[in-house]
Amino acid sequence: MTATLERPAAAYVHDKKNIVEVDDLKVHFPIRSGIFKTVAGSVKAVDGVTFEVRRGETLGLVGESGCGKSTIGRAMIRLREPTSGHVYFDGTDLGSLGGEALRKLRRKMQIIFQDPYGSLDPRMTVGSIVSEPIETHNLARGQAKRDRVAELLTLVGLDPKYVQRYPHEFSGGQRQRIGVARALAVEPEFIVCDEPISALDVSIQAQVLNLLTDLRKRLGLTYLFVAHDLSVVKHISDRVAVMYLGKVVEIGPPDQLYASPGHPYTRALLSAVPVPDPTAERKRKRVILKGDVPSPVNPPPGCRFHTRCWLYERLGKPENCKTIDPPLAELEGEHRAACHYADEARKTDVGVAHIDDRPVRHGTPDSALAWLKSENAEDPATVDATAATHLEAPAVIETTDAGVPKE
Amino acid sequence: MSAEEPGRRNVERKAEHLLQVRGLSTHFFTPDGVVQAVDDVTFDVGYGETLGLVGESGCGKSVTALSIARLVPDPPGRIVAGQILFDGIDILKLDDDEVRKLRGKEIGFIFQDPLTSLNPTLTIGYQIAESIREHMGLPQKAARDRVVELLSKVGIPRAKDRLNDYPFQFSGGMRQRVMIAIALSCDPKLILADEPTTALDVTIQAQILELIQTLSSEFHTAVLMITHDLGIAAGMCHRVNVMYAGRIVETGTVDELFERPQMPYAWGLLDSLPRIDDVRGDRLRTIEGMPPLLIRPAEACRFNPRCIYARDVCREKEPSLTSRGTDTHMARCWGTEPGGWIS
Repeated sequence: MTATLERPAAAYVHDKKNIVEVDDLKVHFPIRSGIFKTVAGSVKAVDGVTFEVRRGETLGLVGESGCGKSTIGRAMIRLREPTSGHVYFDGTDLGSLGGEALRKLRRKMQIIFQDPYGSLDPRMTVGSIVSEPIETHNLARGQAKRDRVAELLTLVGLDPKYVQRYPHEFSGGQRQRIGVARALAVEPEFIVCDEPISALDVSIQAQVLNLLTDLRKRLGLTYLFVAHDLSVVKHISDRVAVMYLGKVVEIGPPDQLYASPGHPYTRALLSAVPVPDPTAERKRKRVILKGDVPSPVNPPPGCRFHTRCWLYERLGKPENCKTIDPPLAELEGEHRAACHYADEARKTDVGVAHIDDRPVRHGTPDSALAWLKSENAEDPATVDATAATHLEAPAVIETTDAGVPKE
Repeated sequence: MSAEEPGRRNVERKAEHLLQVRGLSTHFFTPDGVVQAVDDVTFDVGYGETLGLVGESGCGKSVTALSIARLVPDPPGRIVAGQILFDGIDILKLDDDEVRKLRGKEIGFIFQDPLTSLNPTLTIGYQIAESIREHMGLPQKAARDRVVELLSKVGIPRAKDRLNDYPFQFSGGMRQRVMIAIALSCDPKLILADEPTTALDVTIQAQILELIQTLSSEFHTAVLMITHDLGIAAGMCHRVNVMYAGRIVETGTVDELFERPQMPYAWGLLDSLPRIDDVRGDRLRTIEGMPPLLIRPAEACRFNPRCIYARDVCREKEPSLTSRGTDTHMARCWGTEPGGWIS
């Protein structure tokens, strides 16, 4: 893998603030065809991406299917070999490691998968799923190991008495908690959360999101949060990176990026997100992108988004969009966008969800919150439900031995 | 289907509402017991109206749609009670042949997964023409022209050249467009759209939703929009029914429902959504626990085990859907009833 180095590693200087640094990363998948399986081209899933993840932050990585966001997540913990470029973990080039050294470093980086059904072995008990990484890394044995598993299950809000149960006995949200416990088993520093709540129902999504937020604070973790849902990413991230067709097109703190996006694609994405407020929905300015995302085998020349860009049309198809691939350029502070006309994009109000300072209406009316408060004042032991819920064991389905829910 | 006004079809009205569902109960008879998937559900859909049916998995929203189309798999499922009047016709009294004539012609379908709902071995052109030939009796040439017209209407470029393509040659968004073309092929009065954009990316979702909206107003087609996404309901629907555990727990116009929701479940759903139009909060208010099993549900408010406002009455007696100030706004909650403790 050192054969594909594009620049000498000596040029690299590690910044202590960063836990992972990605430098001009490319991941291409060859397409083979014909009886001799000759390489006919390649899918450029990730095509030259540079960014860093700071220690203790949550970096949200958002984009549509096929934009390369999951591939980046996997390449960052070396579940995928990069075609070129580097990933540095704590200053160490992951590509330079092998065997035992890599295995040791792997302990510090873990992943939580999207599918809570497919990512747990149905023939293993919850106890063995969570203890497997502990054994692999020789962290504990016997009673110490069992204690650790119980501690982990409690940590993610599951009752430790369920260690002997199998994944099918749990709901989707609970399975996702098992996946989190497994990731935490080896005391990682960095976790790639790959669409961890996409398969769950709305009310369960919120439970898992809160769990991830709490754990990060409690254990000082760093997350790469990969998701397609812009609202979820805004909620959980300290910084957000938007991807399109294998490239990062915009990156910045969510408050700036969502209020004043610099890339026309980010604006189009935001404008497509439905908001649960009928008045706002009627007033919003939508840009509906035409057609589908182009193939990552032959991405368009110049700016990859120009073939679907509304701003490009509006500006009378400027030549440089077709010929020059714009680099990520600073807009203000840490907010960067890869568009030749980012300033023009920011002059429009396309895609910005929060219009004319309407107060955001939440579900629970103030009168009900006031009632809750007065009720709970009489009984201080009651949980402070108004201040949102805290880390608490969810109800586990009571089941009989056959896994059939009990009455 | 003669269009007297340009661009808008005049629908002959045979009843006050296009669809009237009265006391519908659909149960599934499983080895573990009777699952009351839909239990005593009553609602109307007006001519040309878009009604949303929102709720989480297992709340009965899809089974409601399947019941309307008489597509509930039997066994194990059966419509055990109720009446469904479609344009004045009692659907539950029709024989299989008559139902088949209704499906596809008067009622169109758009399902969640456009890959599995299209036949992979038949061309796109054939699949769209199938229902046109079946229901409208058009000769081959005329049917073909109609297919081309429909495909261009749903925004498929070079429609003529794509008639002989197979579903795998289309992207997810394009397949959903084909599904919409099939649904519209015989000028239906009602479209049942079951999570039509859940499998799609947001930008493609926006395209498809816009398409459904323009076409339904152009053809004056009513839409029953089943979705778990409250944002979609807010943007697309005239009225919304919120379902929980087989029951409608709140119903109202979009404005009533989103501005003054009257049921703690609806509050919880709205609060647990992270929103792009909001300032970032630290934690989301969640609904603890999980929906109940629908085998022999207790005689109580079905939401009470998860409700932080519940009192003894909620655990003893189930509230009925009662008015919340207007004819259109109703909720099933003791606490928010006039005179209730959180009203």
